Amino acid sequence: MSAPAVEVSDLVKRYGSTTAVDGLSLRVERGAVLGLLGPNGAGKTTTVETCEGFLRADSGTVRVLGLDPVADAAALRPRIGVMPQGGGAYPGVRAAEMLDLVAACAANPLDPAWLIDVLGLSGAVKTPYKRLSGGQQQRLSLACALVGRPELVFLDEPTAGMDPQARRLVWDLVAALRADGVSVLLTTHLMEEAEALADRVVIIDHGRVVADGTPGELTAERPDDQRLRFRAKSGMDTALLLAALPEGCRVTEPTAGGYLVTGTVDPQVVSTVTAWCAQQGVLAEELNVGRRSLEDVFLELTGRELRS
Amino acid sequence: MTFPAGTFTPAPGRGRTGRMLLVHARTEAVLTLRNGEQVLLTLLIPLALLVGLSLLDVITMPAPRVDSVTPRVFALAIMSSAFTGQAIALGFDRRYGVLKRLAATALPRWLLVAGRVAAALAVVAVQLVVLGAVALALGWSPSAAGLGWTVLLVVLGTLTFGALGVLLGGALKAEVVLALANVIWFVLLLAGGIVLRVDALPGGMAAVVRLLPSGALTEGFTQALVDGVTPSWWVWVTLAVWGAVGGVAAARTTKLV
Repeated sequence: MSAPAVEVSDLVKRYGSTTAVDGLSLRVERGAVLGLLGPNGAGKTTTVETCEGFLRADSGTVRVLGLDPVADAAALRPRIGVMPQGGGAYPGVRAAEMLDLVAACAANPLDPAWLIDVLGLSGAVKTPYKRLSGGQQQRLSLACALVGRPELVFLDEPTAGMDPQARRLVWDLVAALRADGVSVLLTTHLMEEAEALADRVVIIDHGRVVADGTPGELTAERPDDQRLRFRAKSGMDTALLLAALPEGCRVTEPTAGGYLVTGTVDPQVVSTVTAWCAQQGVLAEELNVGRRSLEDVFLELTGRELRS
Repeated sequence: MTFPAGTFTPAPGRGRTGRMLLVHARTEAVLTLRNGEQVLLTLLIPLALLVGLSLLDVITMPAPRVDSVTPRVFALAIMSSAFTGQAIALGFDRRYGVLKRLAATALPRWLLVAGRVAAALAVVAVQLVVLGAVALALGWSPSAAGLGWTVLLVVLGTLTFGALGVLLGGALKAEVVLALANVIWFVLLLAGGIVLRVDALPGGMAAVVRLLPSGALTEGFTQALVDGVTPSWWVWVTLAVWGAVGGVAAARTTKLV
């Protein structure tokens, strides 16, 4: 049985007195897509760059395709595709020239002209890199990551700065990679992206893993942790509602006008909520009972404060 | 968008070495020759000095003036592209993450250096062909005996200035590199034995300037092309020492970003 695509155990990486990654472990199975989620500064890029061999672990072990990414860099690099977070081309280079150069480094590259076309860069072939839009630069970077037909690709915030059409294209590409047996480690802070693409999600914060599982496992309901949401005018006094609800229920307003009732949500609870709204003379909109979203999980685990 | 099954089936591997080197060097050379500021520095300023100093009597020089000017302009052209141009390009390439991008491919580390060296030599060849043609049009008559030595000096000078350019461009912030590379270029042009030859400088200063790569390269070209003799041993030693020290230091200090 071949080694996992990525296996990180107890990784620690410090910058001076700052510990960017603090005992992190994760595993990407062959042919699987792992979504690495976390707020800004959580250690996502540090983790990825350590796997790519650009950073040296202070302690812990990192194995990528069974190799040490620093000591075995020469053997590993031809087998992986890397999309760094921002940059990655000469300021004056044209998209096709850059992709041709990266393609020349591979034994069996995809057709660069085809890839340029697929990624919607055909209209910008004469434009120097520094004058491409952020989304175009990202698409060229993605093309460079894929052109060598790698076994494993690292995508560091692949859809940052992309419009919705381009984002959808990236999702289709990642799905195609997965279908063709390519392993993928992607970082994102878009929950929707992780939910749509990842077989497994690892949420990290302050350099530590705070959750690890399939999207289904992470958002699974516990009987006493069901959710009822509705929208109404913001800032209503929910004390009366809380009093009318069964013991154990909680009422919060996580966003202005967006109300959340958590606890054991049964038909009686729904009826109590709508009755209270009627008393208040407000129409409860978008009322729904459902599972937690990955975003709920993420915010519960990493807090709601803004990160610098 | 949907993709036929098997489109991305892994087939990794390292490209052929010759092709990697060719495409890398070609890309670097094309980018240099397409960059307006680089062309100004590497071609237009040396051309202006070649024509200006040959036709105008601003500095005392033995006649025919073009014979004295051309070796100096050759040295300037090499310093401009291999040192200043290389340093600035590398500073901004690092800023744009190019080195990291290329390091993430199958391109071996030595090829990353070899490609840049090959590109630098190609750009210098273009410069010297253009400058040499203009000099010939101005009546330049180089000593045939010195042409072989000239080629050797071109290669050694490009490697030496290239190593120093990488040393400067590989470690500092792009803006700092830009400023320093231009200041050093200007100082060496005026006081480094290029515009004013070592012989024309006061004794103490001449001794120092002889030990600079700019002074040594200018003297070497002058000895080969004007006097038709084998350039002095100190020319070779000075260039080789600067190149070796610069190269070893650059290998230790150059950062990918």
